[in-house]
Amino acid sequence: MDFSLTSEQAALADSVARFVERDYGFEARHKLVASANGYSDAHWATFAELGWLGAGLAEDQGGFGGGAIETALIAEQLGKGLVVEPFASTIMALQTLAAMDDFEGRAALIESVVVGETKLVLAHPGAGALGDLSAVSCVAQTHEDGYRLDGSIALVPGGPRADRFLISARAGDATGLFLVEGDTTGLTRRDYRTLDNGRASDLHLDGVSATRLGETDAMTAIMAGIDHGLITLCAEAVGAMEAALWMTRDYVKTRQQFGRTISEFQGVQFRMADMLVECELARSMLYQGLAAMGTPEQSRRIAAAKAMISEAGLFVGRQAIQLHGGIGMTEECAIGHYYKRLFVIAHLFGAPDVQVGRFAALA
Amino acid sequence: MDFSKDPADEKFRAEVRAFLQAYLPEDIARRGQRDYHANRPDVQRWMHILDAKGWAAPHWPVEYGGTGWTPMQQFIWQEELRLAGAPVPDRGALDLVGPVIYTFGDQTQKDWFLPRIRSGEIWWCQGFSEPGSGSDLASLRTRADRDGDDYVVNGQKIWTSEAQWADWIFMLVRTNQDVKPQAGISFLLVDMKSSGITRRPIWSIDEGLTLNETFFDNVRVPAANLVGDEGAGWTYAKFLLGNERSFSAEVPHSKRDLVQLKALAAKAIRNGRSLAEDPVFAAKLARFEIDLMALEWAVLRVLHTPHGDTRSDSVAGVLKLRGAELRQRVAELGAEALGDRAIAVAPDPEGLHNLRDDGLIAPLEDDEWGITHKAIFRRATTIYGGTNEIQRQIIAKGVLGL
Repeated sequence: MDFSLTSEQAALADSVARFVERDYGFEARHKLVASANGYSDAHWATFAELGWLGAGLAEDQGGFGGGAIETALIAEQLGKGLVVEPFASTIMALQTLAAMDDFEGRAALIESVVVGETKLVLAHPGAGALGDLSAVSCVAQTHEDGYRLDGSIALVPGGPRADRFLISARAGDATGLFLVEGDTTGLTRRDYRTLDNGRASDLHLDGVSATRLGETDAMTAIMAGIDHGLITLCAEAVGAMEAALWMTRDYVKTRQQFGRTISEFQGVQFRMADMLVECELARSMLYQGLAAMGTPEQSRRIAAAKAMISEAGLFVGRQAIQLHGGIGMTEECAIGHYYKRLFVIAHLFGAPDVQVGRFAALA
Repeated sequence: MDFSKDPADEKFRAEVRAFLQAYLPEDIARRGQRDYHANRPDVQRWMHILDAKGWAAPHWPVEYGGTGWTPMQQFIWQEELRLAGAPVPDRGALDLVGPVIYTFGDQTQKDWFLPRIRSGEIWWCQGFSEPGSGSDLASLRTRADRDGDDYVVNGQKIWTSEAQWADWIFMLVRTNQDVKPQAGISFLLVDMKSSGITRRPIWSIDEGLTLNETFFDNVRVPAANLVGDEGAGWTYAKFLLGNERSFSAEVPHSKRDLVQLKALAAKAIRNGRSLAEDPVFAAKLARFEIDLMALEWAVLRVLHTPHGDTRSDSVAGVLKLRGAELRQRVAELGAEALGDRAIAVAPDPEGLHNLRDDGLIAPLEDDEWGITHKAIFRRATTIYGGTNEIQRQIIAKGVLGL
């Protein structure tokens, strides 16, 4: 085992860190989330240009030869910066495609996403399925030379700005994966903001014309895509937790009450120590999950990571607000936004109890 | 010891319940159940109704408009109010400044302010905290300098909750720079319309408005608005905070939250069955209910024990501490019952002050509004009214003698 980064990995993490530092200050982010689109197309182009979207795909899959570790290194830095562009949703879509048996047009589709030409997200009810990540809520019927889809999918992160959707639907006895254009007749989107100022959509499909991708059952590929999405979210959470930890450390060293900085109070020191403990264990759990990628234990160990990191993130986020006091409750202070991001991650694609249940069931 | 219930109490409960059914307007109750931030028009309408009945300030002494109810009856009243969805009143007025005025104020102050508090005509905000003086309140710097018949107030207050609604602010000001910090503080009532006062809204992380910052620039305040003695403000503030201790546990509120949570859990689906039947969630819900029972009995002990009883002081310290934690826990369980939908922003659909008006709001069922707001905003319960760290300090020093 070697926990140190290769020079390429270090350079990758560094490039994301520099982007966050340069372009993602708190004020800049504030402007972005209040804008109509809620995120920046220019940033997305940067993500593509710097190779972040394809960093976790093997070369023969249309990527740059990395894997989940590379994706996690990127996500951790994005988490530190509370980046709102839907990175994890895109990774989920790309990895679902990569896990499919090859089909005509797959390489071209992946490439168009990796180079930033197409914004593609996975629309699968996992996020809104109350515990059953493999639930499917749409039905496909053959129609002339293609398919028509009917049904609804709640909570599709990144939905509002997607050009195309990868949609799961029941096709006979199998689960099919379908490509749907964002502007197709019969597809209606209800867009909304999430607590972390991300955007999501509820989709309603009424006889939507769709192209089926591949012939075989797609559920295994979808679950692989979700695993990648979950570990990406875990990495974001670890980044967000550490940012919140050190931001709070700096705050308690400057905040004066009772004639001294509050960092001198042992109660505050113990709390900060507990936060650090959770951060370190969460990072360890992230690595544990990354180590499981591609093994038969992948889903079980990712579930463990998601459960533990979510709880740890909530703890750190809560304590970060508490130690900031009133100012931590305000929109104008970054710390509350870290809590909200950690809250969203904890609840997305299965809250901690759901993941604990999956872990137990997959044993 | 005798734990038998007084039959009169259950009769009383039936009476107040019938009153609430008859008189609490439906639209106010709907908003009350959702439990977003205070809505002045609702509170004002409701206080008007209560005042007409003579129930606007039951816990006040009878001579100032109280009802003479026993502590147990007041507790029952609170339970029924919350269950029915009555709006949380202007607590600053009823529980904080009102008692200070009737205990330490002069006759003119009593005659003018107390009826207007009961009728809901005037709304109050609290000017205690300052940017540099939160937990360490005694270090406050906003000053009031005597000039003829006026005080001239300069400084800045923060966390002046509901200042956007307020007609008056009750504040702690420094009137003497030359004595030890606590001794130089006075308690002043200031008309928010006074020239020189500006207010800045501070949006909270639930995208709602309750917090504010209030600035004082050469604000002239008649010296007649000083409550009690100059320099006694710290004593009055301690009286005021001690006065609300049995209510700070917020048990009636948490009991209502539990009722709502059970209804949500019965409806929500996880892994193909209702969340109420999910053994893990059911255990968490049960554990919350058990902890709330313990707190309720702690409140009952305080209610039935006279002030100054050592054991009563000991258990009173527990109330705000655990009450605040339980309020957070029940709200987070609510978010869990909402499922992944809990990640959507859900500002008050009938709110008069929402941060954004971009229409990017998730579709929610009627009973799902307010849940996320509570889960996010209640991070504040362990901060306001004395942080849980301060509460522990009070227990350690004041009760344990450490």
